[in-house]
Amino acid sequence: MTAPFGRRACEVLDSHASGGYSVFSLLDREGPEPEPGQFYMLATQSHWEEAGGRPFLPRALSVADAHTEPRSRFEPHGEPKLDRGGVRLDFLIEGVGPGTDRLCELEPGENVWLNGPLGNSFSPPRELSENAAGAILVGGGIGIAPLALWRRRLAARNVPARVLLGFRDEAHSGGIDDLFACCEVALASDDGHIGHHGYVTDLLSTMLDGDDAQSAAVYACGPPPMLDAVQALCTSREVACELAMESPMACGYGACYGCAVPKGDGTYLRLCVDGPVVRA
Amino acid sequence: MIDFCGLRLANPVINASGTFDAITAGRVYGDALLAEFPFSAFVSKTITLEPRAGNAPQRIWETPAGMVNSIGLPNKGLAGFIAEDLPQLGELPAPLIVSVMATGRDDFGRMVSALDERDEVAAFELNVSCPNVHSGLIVGEQPAETLALLEALRPLTAKPLIVKLTPNVADPAAVAVAAEEGGADAVSLINTVKASGGPVTGGLSGPAIRPIAIAQVKAVAAVVGLPIVGMGGVCSGADAAEMLAAGASLVAVGTESFRDPRAGLRIAAYLSETSERSL
Repeated sequence: MTAPFGRRACEVLDSHASGGYSVFSLLDREGPEPEPGQFYMLATQSHWEEAGGRPFLPRALSVADAHTEPRSRFEPHGEPKLDRGGVRLDFLIEGVGPGTDRLCELEPGENVWLNGPLGNSFSPPRELSENAAGAILVGGGIGIAPLALWRRRLAARNVPARVLLGFRDEAHSGGIDDLFACCEVALASDDGHIGHHGYVTDLLSTMLDGDDAQSAAVYACGPPPMLDAVQALCTSREVACELAMESPMACGYGACYGCAVPKGDGTYLRLCVDGPVVRA
Repeated sequence: MIDFCGLRLANPVINASGTFDAITAGRVYGDALLAEFPFSAFVSKTITLEPRAGNAPQRIWETPAGMVNSIGLPNKGLAGFIAEDLPQLGELPAPLIVSVMATGRDDFGRMVSALDERDEVAAFELNVSCPNVHSGLIVGEQPAETLALLEALRPLTAKPLIVKLTPNVADPAAVAVAAEEGGADAVSLINTVKASGGPVTGGLSGPAIRPIAIAQVKAVAAVVGLPIVGMGGVCSGADAAEMLAAGASLVAVGTESFRDPRAGLRIAAYLSETSERSL
């Protein structure tokens, strides 16, 4: 399924704070339902590039959830805009600069430029390893976002998934109630404000030491040190693993070559089209 | 239709080299990309004789109204380009201009000769923002080096040679004059402007450099008779119109395609509408 060619204006349906993060929802009337792990390039239609010329480029955000909705649900004010519904896309975002700050302040009814869905997606456990009957999802901070959609898709296919989420501190946590309300999650925090006092990779290590470690595939998204630790744990135990990564990105569709990530053989992959999901 | 160095183009909007990967974009957007191809001619990413991996990250940094990049010309090399990319680029609904770079006249010549034989190639853009290994001088910064390169390449092909000028010189017009004297068919300008942002040192692009581009296009147009491909921060149809008014025959869209993959279509539509209105 390819993305519609070009960016399109999508209405903001909802936007609210969620812990230290924000959650917002868009109605995409043209695009297909995204696959878990895919991302979009986003910029607001107004008040972008205003404060000293920044933000200038769109921002890459993984989609946290997606639902195809009937059109009637989006006609609170009468007139339908099109003869079809659309895909409701949920995003989790942390304000860390002019672009993400602006996206944290979205107001329902305003328009966001959307380009996507872009990039690849998570592979089912059986594709990663013949023995993998279930999944372990490991999220750190804002990186919990793509795991929410993946967990829901796995549940729909009756694939058991255990969820481990870690946060730095209370100010750098959020989205759990919005994105993982319906399922059991194990939590960790660096400062101990919630769950295990320590790293989420401590939880993963314990879980992988269990009897059924070989029967799972691990999917992780989070800050680079966390991904390095997850990769090391999985490699030492020969557990299949996919990482959803992040890299500075100008275009999202392979044009700028900015999002290079070393492959280990002296060459680079373009994370936007060869990722963002990379097999560890 | 527009006649540009013998190429018949549907409109005056093309892409800047290295800012649009038509093959990858085709994978991302599917057949819609070819049905609504955003440029009237397609300029390839610069190719070199040998493959290049490109620079280590971090490669880009957002700046006020622009971005700094240090990509490092990753490409498959001449043989890889001919074997893998050229057949696909030949299928595009737009003439193909291949951007080439080398660190010596012999290597430049080898590339131009090899590509000259291929029907898919309509024209060449010479990326001269690289040092000549023999003199150590950046070819495009030196009128004499530029003249010598053109004199070496001109006998090798009858296809149009477009010289991409660097803005990082005191007098780009002097280099343009040398290119014309050496037999170039056109010049294109501007390349990115030397800059640093955050951890990235490289070239600045985006609307931040548009006033520089307009000034340099005017300066070059004043002293050469060659057609000019004007580029540098063109984001809108009005920007493109200003570039054409400054003396450009074609306008190239670069960084704006990162923000809006259909920018070329939007800009061409504006130019078409305004020219109809003025009739």
